[in-house]
Amino acid sequence: MTSAEPEPEEGVNLPELLGGFRPSRGGGATARFGAVQAANIRYLVGQVVELLGGDTLDEEKPDDRTAGPRDRPSEKTPDAPDDGLPSADDLAAMIGLTENHELPSDPALARLLPDAYSDDPEASGEFRRYTEQGLRSGKVAAARTVLATLPPKGGRVRLSGPEAQAWLRALNDVRLALGVRLEVTEDFDELVARMSPDDPRLAYADMYHWLGYLQETLVGALSR
Amino acid sequence: MSVAPAEVEQSQTSEQAVPDMPWVTIVWNDPVNLMSYVTYVFQKVFGYAKPKAEKLMLDVHHKGKAVVSSGAREAMERDAETLHGYGLWATISHDS
Repeated sequence: MTSAEPEPEEGVNLPELLGGFRPSRGGGATARFGAVQAANIRYLVGQVVELLGGDTLDEEKPDDRTAGPRDRPSEKTPDAPDDGLPSADDLAAMIGLTENHELPSDPALARLLPDAYSDDPEASGEFRRYTEQGLRSGKVAAARTVLATLPPKGGRVRLSGPEAQAWLRALNDVRLALGVRLEVTEDFDELVARMSPDDPRLAYADMYHWLGYLQETLVGALSR
Repeated sequence: MSVAPAEVEQSQTSEQAVPDMPWVTIVWNDPVNLMSYVTYVFQKVFGYAKPKAEKLMLDVHHKGKAVVSSGAREAMERDAETLHGYGLWATISHDS
């Protein structure tokens, strides 16, 4: 585990930082975001939605079977007959079952949807069949709450209690996914300190730290 | 870590012992989750008072993992599912 620095470092490309979240009446939280901050959060949250196989906008999913290999989350066998009838997959999806019973091969996705049994692949697979879809849709819903409440150009955000809870989980999912991509370990800060100034990971490392700070202030706001 | 013995004792560990063994939910340390957040989640999910939640969080942090709840298998699966929703790395196993 880790703890965020009490205040972000200076000069991390965040001229508009305004103190993170503060508690608001009724168990919610409020914060102000600059345009760049809002754009960055929206971008990263959108990436997580995509990683989870959700659409950022539409609830309705048109038949994307014919749309090519766009972002199908898993390698499905492409030989299912397209006869216009709902497939077994569709029916299973409707009742919350998935065919997935294996840990996702993408490590970031695997971190968001981990195995429940460390020593029993069969039990993990069964657990995944019954829970993974709900877990995915819960995470996508939290991410969508962020996208719905954070104005693209920034500004004041006022969150109700439930919205603040969604933000908390969505920010954490973004940090988990970023953490995997950046290969964050307990001594990540030392690694960052040794990165050369033109290392492309630096910008993401800054974002990662700032999101940690933001999440810390949100935990603080909700713990009052 | 240890290696499993070549020969497993068969007599004592047959089925009738199984129902008495509670299941546990374990949370594992990871380098990303914030200490404050993990404490908050333990309070929120299990209704633990802050001192208990903090102690569990520190156990996870220092020892690499901690048992956060125990009971019937179905209840532990619900706990793990909830904790996965919060992004904590939780697994279920037999207490032993």
